[in-house]
Amino acid sequence: MSDLGELYQELIVGHSKKPRNFRKIEGADHQAEGYNPLCGDKITVYLKLKDGVVQEIGFQGSGCAISTASASLMTERAKGKTRAEADALFDVFHKLVTEGPAEELDTAQLGKLAVFSGVCEYPARVKCATLAWHTLRAALQGSAEAVSTE
Amino acid sequence: MTTPGTAKDAAAASVATQEMPPRGFDVQKIREDFPILKQTVYGKPLVYLDNAATAQTPQTVIDAIDRFYLAQCANIHRGIHLLSERSTAEYEETRAKAQRFLGAAETREIVFVRGTTEAINLVANSYGRKHVGAGDEILITAMEHHSNIVPWQMLCEEKGAVLRVAPINDAGEIVIEEFEKLLNRRTRLVSVSHVSNALGTVNPVERMIEMAHGKGVPVMIDGAQAAPHLKINVQKLDCDFYAFSGHKLYGPTGIGILYGKASLLEAMPPYQGGGDMIRTVSFEKTTYNALPYKFEAGTPNIAGTIGLGAAIDYLNQLGLEQAAAYEHELLAYATKKVSQLPGVRIIGTAREKASVLSFVIDGVHPHDAGTILDQQGIAVRAGHHCAMPVMERFGIPATTRASFAFYNTIEEVDALVSGIEKVQEVFS
Ligand SMILES: Cc1ncc(COP(=O)(O)O)c(C=O)c1O
Repeated sequence: MSDLGELYQELIVGHSKKPRNFRKIEGADHQAEGYNPLCGDKITVYLKLKDGVVQEIGFQGSGCAISTASASLMTERAKGKTRAEADALFDVFHKLVTEGPAEELDTAQLGKLAVFSGVCEYPARVKCATLAWHTLRAALQGSAEAVSTE
Repeated sequence: MTTPGTAKDAAAASVATQEMPPRGFDVQKIREDFPILKQTVYGKPLVYLDNAATAQTPQTVIDAIDRFYLAQCANIHRGIHLLSERSTAEYEETRAKAQRFLGAAETREIVFVRGTTEAINLVANSYGRKHVGAGDEILITAMEHHSNIVPWQMLCEEKGAVLRVAPINDAGEIVIEEFEKLLNRRTRLVSVSHVSNALGTVNPVERMIEMAHGKGVPVMIDGAQAAPHLKINVQKLDCDFYAFSGHKLYGPTGIGILYGKASLLEAMPPYQGGGDMIRTVSFEKTTYNALPYKFEAGTPNIAGTIGLGAAIDYLNQLGLEQAAAYEHELLAYATKKVSQLPGVRIIGTAREKASVLSFVIDGVHPHDAGTILDQQGIAVRAGHHCAMPVMERFGIPATTRASFAFYNTIEEVDALVSGIEKVQEVFS
């Protein structure tokens, strides 16, 4: 079980069962849909920005534990961030889930997101972990088209 | 039924007597033929239950491919030298093996293709484009694999034709009365799977073919999941086209078979142009080769074809019917065990099934189940199984699917069951 625990840590299982900010934001000024054709995971991210800063963020959709927990933890972290900050955080997160924890990786910046470090062992699941982030990026860029992980 | 307590039966000792494998089926010995099964993954013995996606190849198939590249590699139908002659002979020998395997009347009714997908595309492009026009209909079912949906959609779009879909019931069985009602004078072709890859349903294709023929409609059968598990006789079925893939039949990837009735194939235009499919070429006019070469443009997958021949030999030696009976026991045992687990629901409960056990676990996404099973060395598939309309029919995004082959064991089913329990533990 120890090897399994690395991926399905309590924090991930917990967030997947009780995702935070799992709601539509009324009057959202940015939103985007994401879809992972491999798993059928679907997500919509809603944003309200003020002066380029994320004031409110929510998401809806259905997906596996990894994608749901990732979306949940992402919404917690993205609040109060500027577009550039959110982008930078995604870059670090992306490195974490594709390459694993590395010395030069700013784990302080990652905070709770570090719980996804086990994903790098499962290339098939990287898309699950990054779907919400891709969708957030699309929403911030204001693109109306659904993003796809393919 | 009781089975004498020989050593090999010790493997099944934990099983109630009525679930004993058929007598004389020595699965441990059979496993020796499949070197890949001996490995461990994540330090645990590999339990390979993804046979519906791709089945493993016995050593004899690997040897046949090796032998081809080591001693015989040459192009076919071209060379006047010895290697080319040998290569050609073995290639054509496989055609004869496939003919006998399917119970076809003639070897020229056997066309080598890349797989089931290409076979269906060939029929859609060649037969379909010739015979389907605006307002015509193609009839499929609600349990088809994407490869038996999309080529027809493309054809319909091009021709202004209509794709009709016969419904399935909650067990995952075709609603035969509805199927019959959908057959009409605009129907140009029926294309149905023999066995559903997502649900395991065995379709009553013989009856469906009879109904279609009653209305003068030809029938294509997608046999990708049937050929490995059922004895097939295309003449008895009286189907017009039949397709399967080598890699699901314990053979190599990139090779498959399209069977077509000679009369139909004769009248069909070529699918692709190139070498081997022509008789004479000039810039003014090209005449096409005879069957089946008309449909085999370019250098084919010669090594794969020879490998497929070895796979058919292997199955003949093993006895497909005996293997199927054993697989049936495995499926029945797995179905019983898995349905006893609280919070687990089986998707696809048709009376007639083969090999496939699709299920969902309450509160657990199939992909998470798949990953956690994988961690325990158990290879299953999780997803929509290239059958998104089936998932929609059952109101689920995906399932976890175990699919059995004759080299799987009762112990492996038990491993699956405790694997599922572990999945539930992680999410408890
Ligand atoms: C029922 C069915 N039809 C068609 C196919 C396509 O086969 P291939 O990918 O080998 O062309 C599959 C493979 O999964 C299948 O299960």
